[in-house]
Amino acid sequence: MLGKTAGGLFWMQRYLERSENIARLVDAGFRIALTRSEAAEDEWGSVLTTAGVRRAYAQRYEKVEGSSVINFLLRDKTNPNSVLSVIESARNNARLVRTALTREVWEATNECWMTLKEALRTQISDNDLPDVLSLIRQQSALVRGAQSGTMMRNDIYFFAQLGAFVERSDSTARILDVKYYVLLPSLSYVGSSLDNVQWETILRSVSAYRAFRWLNPGETNPRNIAQFMILDQVMPRSLAFCAGRMAGALEAIAREYGGSGSSLELASALRRDLETANIDMIVDNGLHQFIQDFIKRNNAISAQIEQEFRFYL
Amino acid sequence: MTGDTPHFDEMLRADGSVREPYDEFCAWYTSQDASRLRTKARDAENFFRRTGITFAVYGEEEASERLIPFDIVPRIISGREWARLSRGIEQRVRAINAFLYDIYHRQEILRAGRIPIDLIAKNDAYLPQMIGMDPPGGIYTHIIGVDIVRTGPNQFYVLEDNARTPSGVSYMLENRETMLHMFPELFRKNKVREVSDYPRKLRRSLAASAPRACNGQPEIAVLTPGIHNSAYFEHSFLADQMGAELVEGHDLRVIDGRVAMRTTRGYRAIDVLYRRVDDDYLDPLTFRPESALGVPGIMDVYRAGGITIANAPGTGISDDKALYSYMPEIIEFYTGEKAILENVPTWRCSEADSLAYVLEHLSELVVKEVHGSGGYGMLVGPAANRRELAAFRDKLKARPGNYIAQPTLALSTVPIMTRQGLAPRHVDLRPFVLVSPKGIDITPGGLTRVALKKGSLVVNSSQGGGTKDSWVLDE
Repeated sequence: MLGKTAGGLFWMQRYLERSENIARLVDAGFRIALTRSEAAEDEWGSVLTTAGVRRAYAQRYEKVEGSSVINFLLRDKTNPNSVLSVIESARNNARLVRTALTREVWEATNECWMTLKEALRTQISDNDLPDVLSLIRQQSALVRGAQSGTMMRNDIYFFAQLGAFVERSDSTARILDVKYYVLLPSLSYVGSSLDNVQWETILRSVSAYRAFRWLNPGETNPRNIAQFMILDQVMPRSLAFCAGRMAGALEAIAREYGGSGSSLELASALRRDLETANIDMIVDNGLHQFIQDFIKRNNAISAQIEQEFRFYL
Repeated sequence: MTGDTPHFDEMLRADGSVREPYDEFCAWYTSQDASRLRTKARDAENFFRRTGITFAVYGEEEASERLIPFDIVPRIISGREWARLSRGIEQRVRAINAFLYDIYHRQEILRAGRIPIDLIAKNDAYLPQMIGMDPPGGIYTHIIGVDIVRTGPNQFYVLEDNARTPSGVSYMLENRETMLHMFPELFRKNKVREVSDYPRKLRRSLAASAPRACNGQPEIAVLTPGIHNSAYFEHSFLADQMGAELVEGHDLRVIDGRVAMRTTRGYRAIDVLYRRVDDDYLDPLTFRPESALGVPGIMDVYRAGGITIANAPGTGISDDKALYSYMPEIIEFYTGEKAILENVPTWRCSEADSLAYVLEHLSELVVKEVHGSGGYGMLVGPAANRRELAAFRDKLKARPGNYIAQPTLALSTVPIMTRQGLAPRHVDLRPFVLVSPKGIDITPGGLTRVALKKGSLVVNSSQGGGTKDSWVLDE
């Protein structure tokens, strides 16, 4: 496979994943704004920070308010991380690697782009927002379904997988990075209603509110949530799950290629550390430090993959 | 030119009776419900859009990817008509390859005084770098798309020999797929010759021209200028269908005397490069130094027998419009036979007598730029108004050598489906020819382009043309 093709697959999937993550953040923010208007401005602020576009937003708008944030995150072409821009980047990468895609995957990606471009053509009213957000999730689900059903499990598939999990673990880590303080044990806040809302938002922004309730019936506390988001082995957006999938994809490529480089070593080490860690130790040693460290290691793996498989040079 | 000018319709005779190749189709068509056909036509369009069968339009930010309109009425050619056409095409393609070999070697045709030396020596499409070079397998034009027009039952003219990087073959293939999908019953009634094995034949044909350096199964790649090129869809389509890598200049590098592509496992040598990049951009060390689309040093590798470039650099000289008028002589010189397919009579404006004639009869003629393509920079005299004619007259006088002129041919028509029913529109035909050391293969059919505007003679997709599925009947 061409190095460029591996890079195109990796980025196509990162962008697809990102579009869904942004939609989820907007969804969680919108919910808070509806149910707790006094917390709305703060919440939209953390949504922008989590999406990594706070500074870019400030250059275009003076005030942080729902309609502008939604517009900026979903359909602003000057924002390279808006859903519209990201979907276009995903589709451009898909065109670049068209020969590596099955017809079904290419068509689903192309259709995703056409559908969302149309849906995001004009300003979105609060009434239409829920529909638009579910359309975004639906379209990326269609692409993933086509991938799962039609792609051979060879290097093509696994480079796409790497893109998905590098992006996803980065996204979960950023959510935690922005909100880590509400997960710290603090006597004065325990059980306060503000905390409850914040916890709910965190879980909603990874679409795991309901799953968490099932796994922890009646017992919502910050330690459980942190454990769930960081170390749970079956929650598909937890850091441990993503690290496991990254290492697994690199192992599959190593088997196919008959050898491996240091990206697999880095990913295996990360997987092992998350498997053996326990949440009390993490919190005692500093939750924030832990998350920052994770983000750094995740970036290092991504950079190593890029270099090792000759994406650009 | 207006729709009233008498012309040959390939489906209906002047008395309204149906020409034989269209018998079955017409019987079927009249039995169909018009609204169902319109729905089907819309389906086809959605299919093309979803599949991404688009071409890019330069300089248009918004609608930068457009569909080429597809008309569901097929263009049908009888087996007998095709037999003659393909004999003529084969003769022409043989002559073109012989001509290219000759002008890059002993130049017998110049010694014999059959064409003026200046036409070669002063032509930008003639590459001195190719002099004395033997391309692998002796083939210059691996892929040719000959543009043919028709004016009567037995009257075919070659308009142009696209001997550089002819495009459109993906439309030929997708148009057929679409028709098979929409109207399977038509293919039970008509025995239509297959086109779908073109990609396999292309691969085989390219592999047969592998260079000396190749050991084992030839590694083939398609070189594209990138996703913003107007024909990118076709490049990726052909690579995909052939099972070949689709590469860009920055994926390639010269290593140990071979051109190699950067893969996830290191560099791998390429044996045959089907390039869809123009000569000028192929090698910044040899041609345009600022080109980022090519591969520095590829020409050295080529000359040393390390890679096959298809088509060979320098083939453009054979489809140069200034040379076109000499094609009958060229064919006779190399094959010893008269040309089977006619050339359109051509006035070379560089010659004083011709220029005088052209200026006098401008409103009846089609004038083309010698190096133009895609229907740009051309004048269709009968369709031009007085101001346009005057403006073109000035251009002609200023640079006569830059133009040739031809009579306005009464191009044949084939009906298209409109809201008001079938309506005749002018068409041309581009059959696709593969050349390898093992022989010449012509895919039965080709791409029919159709001018969708009533009376228009310009079939180019960039100027409002559409396409049709083209059938050759198996008789």
